[in-house]
Amino acid sequence: MKNIYLDYAATTYVDKSVLNKMLPFFSDFFGNPSSLHRAGRTTKQAIDSARAGIAGIIGAKKEEVIFTGSGTESDNLAIIGAAHANAEFGKHIIVSKIEHKAVLGAAKKLEKEGFGVTYLNVDGSGLVKLLELKKYLKKDTTLVSVQYANNEIGTIQPIFKISKIIKKVRGEKRFPLFHTDACQAAGALAMDVNKLGVDLMTFNGSKIYGPKGIGCLFVKRGVNLESQILGGGQEMGLRAGTENVSSIVGLFEALKLAEKIKHRESRRQIRLRNYFIKNVLRSVEGINLNGHIQERLPNNINISVRGVEGESLMLMLDRYGIFCSTGSACSSTDLTPSYVLSAIGLSAELTQGSIRMTLGRDTDKEKLDYVLKVLPAVVKKLRKISSVK
Amino acid sequence: MSTKTKTKEGDVFLESICDGDAWVYSETVREHFFHPRNLLLDESGYEADGFGSVGSPACGDMMSMWIKVDKKTNKIKECKWRTFGCASAIASTSMLSVMAAENDGMDIEEALKINPEQIIERLGGLPDRKFHCSVLGHLALSEAVNNYLNKQKHVGK
Repeated sequence: MKNIYLDYAATTYVDKSVLNKMLPFFSDFFGNPSSLHRAGRTTKQAIDSARAGIAGIIGAKKEEVIFTGSGTESDNLAIIGAAHANAEFGKHIIVSKIEHKAVLGAAKKLEKEGFGVTYLNVDGSGLVKLLELKKYLKKDTTLVSVQYANNEIGTIQPIFKISKIIKKVRGEKRFPLFHTDACQAAGALAMDVNKLGVDLMTFNGSKIYGPKGIGCLFVKRGVNLESQILGGGQEMGLRAGTENVSSIVGLFEALKLAEKIKHRESRRQIRLRNYFIKNVLRSVEGINLNGHIQERLPNNINISVRGVEGESLMLMLDRYGIFCSTGSACSSTDLTPSYVLSAIGLSAELTQGSIRMTLGRDTDKEKLDYVLKVLPAVVKKLRKISSVK
Repeated sequence: MSTKTKTKEGDVFLESICDGDAWVYSETVREHFFHPRNLLLDESGYEADGFGSVGSPACGDMMSMWIKVDKKTNKIKECKWRTFGCASAIASTSMLSVMAAENDGMDIEEALKINPEQIIERLGGLPDRKFHCSVLGHLALSEAVNNYLNKQKHVGK
């Protein structure tokens, strides 16, 4: 039986060329980059050139690029680090309601510590309400964090517009700072930090055909952060711990490759995505497309199937070799349904019946045609079993 | 993506990660999920003696159950159902329907006393977090039995 992986927003495989660049840094070049001898200098050099390479791609200076252990860690460092380091200037931050849990978790921690947190509403397609943002920006707001693109519904936020609003409010002052979580956007959307107008930007390796366990945070010069991991002062004092050399090299290679093929690959995925959506709406009755029609990641498909529960649907598809994910409560570890789908106003029933399919570099029309054959049959079967008609 | 290993432990490892053993649910749950027993696809024309329905799609699970009862022996002759819910919800309703009608049928008094643990045991266990949320079948069955008993009272009058 064939396996059709349609969960690239969860994580990607590591591209072979990326892996090959990483391999020498396990056993051949293993020195500690902090060591002054040649073994150390070799790995230090590898990190330096990866840092410079990444800086070049995102339009940053190399000392503005910080390596961390994951996207989650970068989000934590950006949110908690900025709030703590600048608490004397204000104790209020703004995040959207549909941020990744790495941002929301950090915001909740700050709330417990006495910070004020405003959670911005989104409209029915998942776009942040800009008027609301303007309303809530206050004198003591030190940080705004809005994701570049959503991991569940793929909605792309107008980051440039948001940064313009923030800069206007900021004037000559240093605050509020603007952070964006670009984990889902990397490899698909423009990553130039100057054009985006951000002060902090998170992305990671595991979504761009690079290794897991490596994250990056762009920290604009002059922005103060409090380090969340203390020790030997690595990463300009912002993230202690011996550097994960192979993964740093891998992250750079992955980002370089993603940028190189970005336009071609995005166009290809948009074609496939639209082909799938058009046909699935045609072949199965009672399907709802969640998210924005245009402002949407090239690889994201998120649909709700009336009368069917998402975990059942996902596991039934899994049986036929189709791997996707669901916003149903039954599949989450805390048994709560997707807060993203709730935030866009989707009914509880349709939230329970949602599945997400995210395309990747190895997805082609043939694979999607197989899904388009299996999905209607599986939905039919589950609707027969269902007590909701 | 293939992992080749010659050691025995390697084979055991591969077996343990391949389809089936590492499935989120037990083999019995899997079997009942993919091949549910006693489904009632269409209730029109089905003369049930009792009907019960619990849950709502909003909370994730909703089950409907229809029973036929032998009025002389007060034993359940048939137990039919439909469920909106996750794999374990579907499997647990299916298993309950088997339990209710097996061995010449369950006594209705016994059916009122059935608890989730008995169903879960027959399913070969469920993940902890699924324990309470996905097993509602016994409630639907109680409702169906009570519905039957109410009807009998009215007949008696």
